[in-house]
Amino acid sequence: MDRKVRVLVAKPGLDGHDRGAKVIARALRDAGYEVIYTGIRQTPEMIAEAALQEDVDVVGLSILSGAHMALVPRVLDELKKRGLDDVVVLVGGIIPDEDVPALLDMGVAGVFGPGTLTSEIVETIEKALGRELA
Amino acid sequence: MPLFNEEHLQRLSQTFNRWKDTTLRKTLERRPERLKKFMTTSSRPVSRLYTPLDIADFDYEQQLGMPGEFPFTRGVHSTMYRGRLWTMRMFAGFGTAEETNQRFKYLLEQGQTGLSVAFDMPTLYGYDTDAPEAVGEFGKCGVAVSSLADMEILFDGIPMGEVSTSMTINSPAAIIWAMYIVAAEKQGYDRRILRGTIQNDILKEFIAQKEFIFPPEPSMRLVTDTVEFGTHEMPYWNTISISGYHIREAGATAAQELAFTLADGFAYVEAALERGLDIDAFAPRFSFFFNVHNDFFEEIAKFRAARRIWARAMKEKYGAQNPRSWMLRTHAQTSGASLTAQQPENNIVRVAIQALAAVLGGTQSLHTNSMDEALALPSEKAVTIALRTQQIIAHESGVANTVDPLAGSYFVEKLTDELEEDANRYFRQIEALGGVIRGIETGYFQRELAESAYRYQMEIDNRERIIVGVNEYVAEEPIEIPILEMDPQGYERQVARLNRVRAERDNGAVEKALRELEDAARGDENLMYPIIEAVKVYATLGEMMGVLRKVFGEYHEPVFF
Amino acid sequence: MDLSTVSGLTEALLAGDRRALARVISHIENNTELARPLLAALYPKSGRAHIIGVTGSPGTGKSTLVNAIAQIYRGRELSVGIIAIDPTSPFSGGALLGDRVRMRDLAGDPGVFIRSMATRGSLGGLAQATADVIMILDAAGFDRIIVETVGVGQSEVEIASAAYTTVVVEAPGLGDEVQAIKAGVLEIADIFAVNKADREGVERTVMALKMMLSLGVPDRFQVMHHGRMLPVEIPQARRDASAWTPPIIKTVATSGQGATELVEAIENHRLYLEQSGGRLLRDRLRAATELRMILRDYLLERTLAQIPQEKLQRTIEDVASRKIDPYSAVRHLVNEVAKV
Repeated sequence: MDRKVRVLVAKPGLDGHDRGAKVIARALRDAGYEVIYTGIRQTPEMIAEAALQEDVDVVGLSILSGAHMALVPRVLDELKKRGLDDVVVLVGGIIPDEDVPALLDMGVAGVFGPGTLTSEIVETIEKALGRELA
Repeated sequence: MPLFNEEHLQRLSQTFNRWKDTTLRKTLERRPERLKKFMTTSSRPVSRLYTPLDIADFDYEQQLGMPGEFPFTRGVHSTMYRGRLWTMRMFAGFGTAEETNQRFKYLLEQGQTGLSVAFDMPTLYGYDTDAPEAVGEFGKCGVAVSSLADMEILFDGIPMGEVSTSMTINSPAAIIWAMYIVAAEKQGYDRRILRGTIQNDILKEFIAQKEFIFPPEPSMRLVTDTVEFGTHEMPYWNTISISGYHIREAGATAAQELAFTLADGFAYVEAALERGLDIDAFAPRFSFFFNVHNDFFEEIAKFRAARRIWARAMKEKYGAQNPRSWMLRTHAQTSGASLTAQQPENNIVRVAIQALAAVLGGTQSLHTNSMDEALALPSEKAVTIALRTQQIIAHESGVANTVDPLAGSYFVEKLTDELEEDANRYFRQIEALGGVIRGIETGYFQRELAESAYRYQMEIDNRERIIVGVNEYVAEEPIEIPILEMDPQGYERQVARLNRVRAERDNGAVEKALRELEDAARGDENLMYPIIEAVKVYATLGEMMGVLRKVFGEYHEPVFF
Repeated sequence: MDLSTVSGLTEALLAGDRRALARVISHIENNTELARPLLAALYPKSGRAHIIGVTGSPGTGKSTLVNAIAQIYRGRELSVGIIAIDPTSPFSGGALLGDRVRMRDLAGDPGVFIRSMATRGSLGGLAQATADVIMILDAAGFDRIIVETVGVGQSEVEIASAAYTTVVVEAPGLGDEVQAIKAGVLEIADIFAVNKADREGVERTVMALKMMLSLGVPDRFQVMHHGRMLPVEIPQARRDASAWTPPIIKTVATSGQGATELVEAIENHRLYLEQSGGRLLRDRLRAATELRMILRDYLLERTLAQIPQEKLQRTIEDVASRKIDPYSAVRHLVNEVAKV
């Protein structure tokens, strides 16, 4: 057995600010994950389809434009449509505090704002996948 | 002529060594320093002490000169802020044109001296509000402008011939500018007197912010078309705001920001020269836009180095003769990426320090970020505090009383020299790659930025770099920041207006104007003229960009990292 | 559908369920208990696809070229499976797989399936895993399977040995005139694509390739397997220069220029292999190599399992301290096992 955690990192919507997504992608690689990076301007359909083909455990969405309340539910819908209900979904970006409970209610496993340490994200992933941190 | 003579330096060197072996050694034995290495925000090593020995061949006239004179290291005006304070220009825009119009009027009442428009994502990507690609993005990080009708409302009651307006728009810059011009003409102003700036810096979009639409080549043609148009028709308008801001936000170090921005500037100069324009006709209308980050002295040095490099290159490399072509005039904005969602009030202090650095660096205008921007769009209260920060620096701190007060600081002069050397090293690398566009296509810039961004984050993660409230002095306190409420009916109102425009305009005239735009795009005439004609008959942004998308194609970044 | 059993997965995969296909590939990659039964169940369904290897140095634009090729195949109503391989970080064991960024034109097309793979452990092991994943995509019914490999040297030689048609991608201005010389992949090329042909220096690259081709290809070459070099026979057909001369196609992947010609060349090669019996030869060669490798792994595993741990340790010590040479040591160990 050579089980590796696979994570998709994507930017839905029009927002092109990809610094955070790239930093996270590298940090997750350095945490030992296989990170599939799909880049900017991804539609919810593209993200869900990539998650399916790549058989990922985690989908990380980076949204800084404020469109998260419109985009995240659509990504979750598309994942569900493909039977990917068990994929852990994380959201990072400029997210007002008042939106966080709603995102968690939809089934998002973690929301991360500016100033997040990458180790917090790794911890959330390990916990969501039911793994003990080494 | 060097300022320090050989004999003095030798004596100083002996004094320095004696101090190191006696006073300093004793201190270090008693108490080692806090850190093994000290470094700037850009991971540049910083020495314990700077003395004349660090700038041994310092030549005042060569390196600094007098303010308002070549090479402008000390500033572009001879009296700097004693004559006139910098323009306090707060970037604003959200929701519908009506809402942003209200915010503009509020800011002008509060003593702001120039307008700065933020557009929403669909507008930045050249889509109308109701385009399928725009779902969920309306009015989120700026105002939606889909046609001339929106622009007219945006400036309703604001005398467009009297204010100076900066517009942060890139791929669709030509179209939005045309809308501004036509709206001002409808208010009764001659386009020749309009003052303001379009960002229009497509290269940094490819490098950093990624809001490109067309491939590099037609993108550069559009930029050059606007430069040519401005040179002939709009003598007070800044045709490009060559921007390091976004390059820095994407993770660049201070030196990378400096070098990549100036390299972009040189690329625009070369494109305009190739078009056959006279350098002294267009170069005075190029302005700059730099970031100002946490590291106080390094940021100040960056502004000083930028002016010196630009002046030297414009004069010596490109042969400009008008001193206005040598001057690097710049806008500055405090660093959005340095703000934290944790303990957001701390951001007020960060912004104040950054703003102070921009002023000491000699900026011509300044935007100060609001404390809540790591969480959401800024509320009116937060914006007011940010503006007040500038006013306190201007009127209470005393830093505006004299020109370039930090000149002659061994540390600041050394940093200025180092940044200039770093920039020159990057220029050589970019040239070896075959220029800026080739660097973009091969991912050189993107890789450099990704590396720096990652190193910075790892320094924070590993606590080699302390960020208050993030990895030190952490407190679990509930965040109590009032969030801006937007008009919930805004979207419907905007789409209704858009549909009304489409229904009421002369659609035959629109079709004709769009056809003429397409023909012009396929040829090589200046696109500003057919765009203005299409704007006048209320063709929408999406329609005009659609024509250009068809002719030029859409670009996807072929590289990553 | 029960995607937790071999029969459930197999049935769903053969019925065209993409989630099942993705899961089966993960079982293979992770070498789970289901991996071998799945391979056994699906192997008979494979053997229909044409397999194309695309390899070349970093920066030659392989992914963008694959994107262009796949679009042309889609225009001809052929389905395409793509395996994009990138290196695993030797420090963390993680990987950054970014090839999808350049394949966005293929997103949303139900006739395309893209899977990113990391090299994970040893390169030899990767070759086997890749061959297995190719087989899975083949069984799933894809008409063309494109395997894109990192161009770092010997590794792609072996990975490409799973392909019927190998395209070696070059680009001008990467420092060396022709990267293949250094990488040693010249010999495996059935087709050369000189990408970024809108750049300066493209004719120099083409000339350099032509010159090398005129020198002919050797009749055998070495591949890396589990860190060891193994000689591999080159089929008779390939030694006969008149039978197939690798064409050199100039492409600009970002604009799609030359991509049609490249696909034509691939298809010509496919027809050539079918008509000349080359495909059969390659199948046999691959079967032979594969069997030999699997057999070796199997015997090694079994032998090691039969040797008592302390006996093995002692022998290692003896070899290390020069008491016995490694060949004699192995003979002793194997003899002992045989006695049991």
